[in-house]
Amino acid sequence: MFEGASNFAKGVDSVFLFIFAVSFFFLIGISAIMVWFVIRYNRKKHPKAVQMKDNMKLEITWTVIPFILVMLMFYYGYVAFEPMRNAPKDAIEVKVTGQMWSWSFEYDNGKISNELVLPAKKAVKLNLYSPDVIHGLYIPAFRIKQDVVPGKNNFMWFIPNYNGTYEILCSAYCGLRHSFMEAKIRVVSDEEYQKWLAEKSPEMLENAGLAVMQNNACTGCHSLDGSPLVGPSFKGLFGSKRIVIENGEEKTVVADSTYIKTSIMEPDKQVVKGFKPGMMRAYSTVIKDDDIKSIILYFEKQSKQPK
Amino acid sequence: MTSKTTALPPGSFFDQQGKYKGILGWLTSTDHKRIGIMYLMCILVFFLVGVTLGGIMKLELLRPGAQYMDAQTYNGMFTVHGIIMIFMVVIPGLSAVFGNFFLPIMIGAKDVAFPRLNLFSWYLFLLGSTIAVLSQFGGNGPDTGWTFYAPYAINSKTNVSTAVLAAFVLGFSSILTGLNFIVTVHRMRAKGMTWFKMPLFPWSLYATAWIQVLATPIVGITLLMVIAERTLRIGFFDPSLGGDPILYQHLFWIYSHPAVYIMILPAMGAVTEIIPTFCQRKVFGYQAIVLSSLAIAGVGYLVWGHHMFTSGMSDFSRMAFSFLTFIVAIPSAIKVFNWIATMYKGSILIKTPFLYTISFIFQFMIGGLTGLTLGALATDIHVHDTYYVVAHFHYIVFGGMGFAFFAAIHYWFPKMFGRMYDEKLGTVAWAIVFSGFTLLYFPMFILGLRGMPRRYFDYLPEYSSGHFISSIGAFVLIIGIILMVYNLVKAARTGELAPANPWNGRTLEWKVASPPPLENFDHDVEVTEHPYDYE
Repeated sequence: MFEGASNFAKGVDSVFLFIFAVSFFFLIGISAIMVWFVIRYNRKKHPKAVQMKDNMKLEITWTVIPFILVMLMFYYGYVAFEPMRNAPKDAIEVKVTGQMWSWSFEYDNGKISNELVLPAKKAVKLNLYSPDVIHGLYIPAFRIKQDVVPGKNNFMWFIPNYNGTYEILCSAYCGLRHSFMEAKIRVVSDEEYQKWLAEKSPEMLENAGLAVMQNNACTGCHSLDGSPLVGPSFKGLFGSKRIVIENGEEKTVVADSTYIKTSIMEPDKQVVKGFKPGMMRAYSTVIKDDDIKSIILYFEKQSKQPK
Repeated sequence: MTSKTTALPPGSFFDQQGKYKGILGWLTSTDHKRIGIMYLMCILVFFLVGVTLGGIMKLELLRPGAQYMDAQTYNGMFTVHGIIMIFMVVIPGLSAVFGNFFLPIMIGAKDVAFPRLNLFSWYLFLLGSTIAVLSQFGGNGPDTGWTFYAPYAINSKTNVSTAVLAAFVLGFSSILTGLNFIVTVHRMRAKGMTWFKMPLFPWSLYATAWIQVLATPIVGITLLMVIAERTLRIGFFDPSLGGDPILYQHLFWIYSHPAVYIMILPAMGAVTEIIPTFCQRKVFGYQAIVLSSLAIAGVGYLVWGHHMFTSGMSDFSRMAFSFLTFIVAIPSAIKVFNWIATMYKGSILIKTPFLYTISFIFQFMIGGLTGLTLGALATDIHVHDTYYVVAHFHYIVFGGMGFAFFAAIHYWFPKMFGRMYDEKLGTVAWAIVFSGFTLLYFPMFILGLRGMPRRYFDYLPEYSSGHFISSIGAFVLIIGIILMVYNLVKAARTGELAPANPWNGRTLEWKVASPPPLENFDHDVEVTEHPYDYE
């Protein structure tokens, strides 16, 4: 198991240790007795069974002792869990959006990122939001997990102990690319965090459209490198000829700004041949007009770059 | 092998009954023994299909990355594996097969209380199973997992409605069987068989039947609500229609947690028959075993929330459900202690049924003890929705209920089919099944503790060694299962004739011929002694 990467890790691990120790004791003990009986009272050696009377004292003993032990387990489990539900007031708040099939993180100052960058030794509260189905935000190294439920304001909080990079996984089954819904947490020093928070990454600034797409999980289904995922790849999109199915008829269209806008607003109107309709929701109320413009701008710029 | 097979003695329930011959004679028979065997045949076929799907998944997971299929196929596959194994194999499992065959005989009755309703239940089971199979054809098979969680299941474009309808119909089969068994136990016991002279397998079926009757309607209604929401867009569970996804989880687990006890209680009951017989000893703590069965059935209703510790329900509910979950651990522990105590100073015959029984106890303990970390709040948060849960669940349902089924089929085989299976082959198959099982599921505990989430088509490279070992285990297990089934199928056709009481058992089924005659007893039964009096 890991070292204590978060403030909860140590407490959780000690509950594990306690329950495992008791469990191993009983498992090994009872199994050994069982095997011993089976060998000792094998019919070859012990052809005649001895009938025993019920023994009330024995039965009470083996009811009371497990009862006490499980009550202890319940108690320790609760004590280590309880602080997970009480986030400090001064915690850094980050809005986490989990949607099919990527994560994005929005900070107080409006900065949106696909990587969760945090300062070490500071309390962080993650407010969990899902626009589609249930996801699960799971950070194995931190021993915490919380479902991201649409229509519910779930949260989790923790203090990362050490600088380093940790995995974020999706724990609640959410469909096709559930197992690819990952992100990273990068825990850094406070200065580095402040610096990172203040700067807009040059790449993002230049490619605002790309940032919009990443934050809306577009790239969870449409790759940038040409590989087909759930939807067609974005590589070389602008100005290319597309064979699409519209009202059941096949036709060829050019991927211009109108086409891109329609595909975002009404994805099922023209579906690229070879892909299934109904896989993508309409983003007409989700992505603002300005953002769609910057997406189109991004694709246009990509097409002009020398190959 | 000398291919000379002696015919079964005349007068058994295998002889023609009613006006139809052959297969039609079976399909129209209301004899509880024939219905039990028809369930056995169906469940065997479904089990092998489920095993095959599981095997294909393990083949895919042998190495990281896509090997033989895409993610959609994999997601469909674990869904249908779950639907088949849960609704068509383990929930009917012991109670439909051995309950039907042995409940009336063990309480000295000629049949169940409502024989025609019993046959109707089997037809419902067949209908539900057929609908489940149909959900795989025409469009895409469902991809929601067997839990059909909202809002994913509300909006999935796959054949979710068909699969949900199948589970709904299968539920009715379960309710009617439960009802039948409750009335049978109340009204049909032989003269002199007081409640506390009833053998423990019927007791466990009785406790189970109450769960079937009281809990199954809830999932029935819930599944109808899913269909209504999908087709009529009534907002029960999908927040975009104004529903609440957590409500779905509550309603689903109010049934589906007790369903685990529907599976495991008859398994415990069967094991409680096998141990006294193979130890030739009076069962230790008869009353404690009865009361623990009833306690499990009762408290088992109130623990469903432990499936939802990360869902965002109130902190108080989490605490209350954690507390109740620990309470339900006690009666299970009591049963284990009673089983071991029954072996003390017994005269133990080590044959295939007993080997499956002791491996059942071992695996059930692992399943139960790992359940403690899932009941404790702090630890559950870490391992919830990971392979740890998958391992725990398979240790209980397969290592527990599955192995008890294997023990029971070997134990009662001579009585049901009137022939003996090959003991040596049976032992070899057990050894392979047991090793394969351990190799397949134990590494999953480690994977889960290290953070491997469940229902993943692909995984990070650090989890690959665990998956590799687990997949090897799956192939070993499948070889063992094939050998076991081969042994039993061969024995049913050509095995040596079995005596009426091959294991020297005391309960009533060993006092009639093997296989039993049509109405079980040729005279009215009167019971005077306790079912496990060996002296």
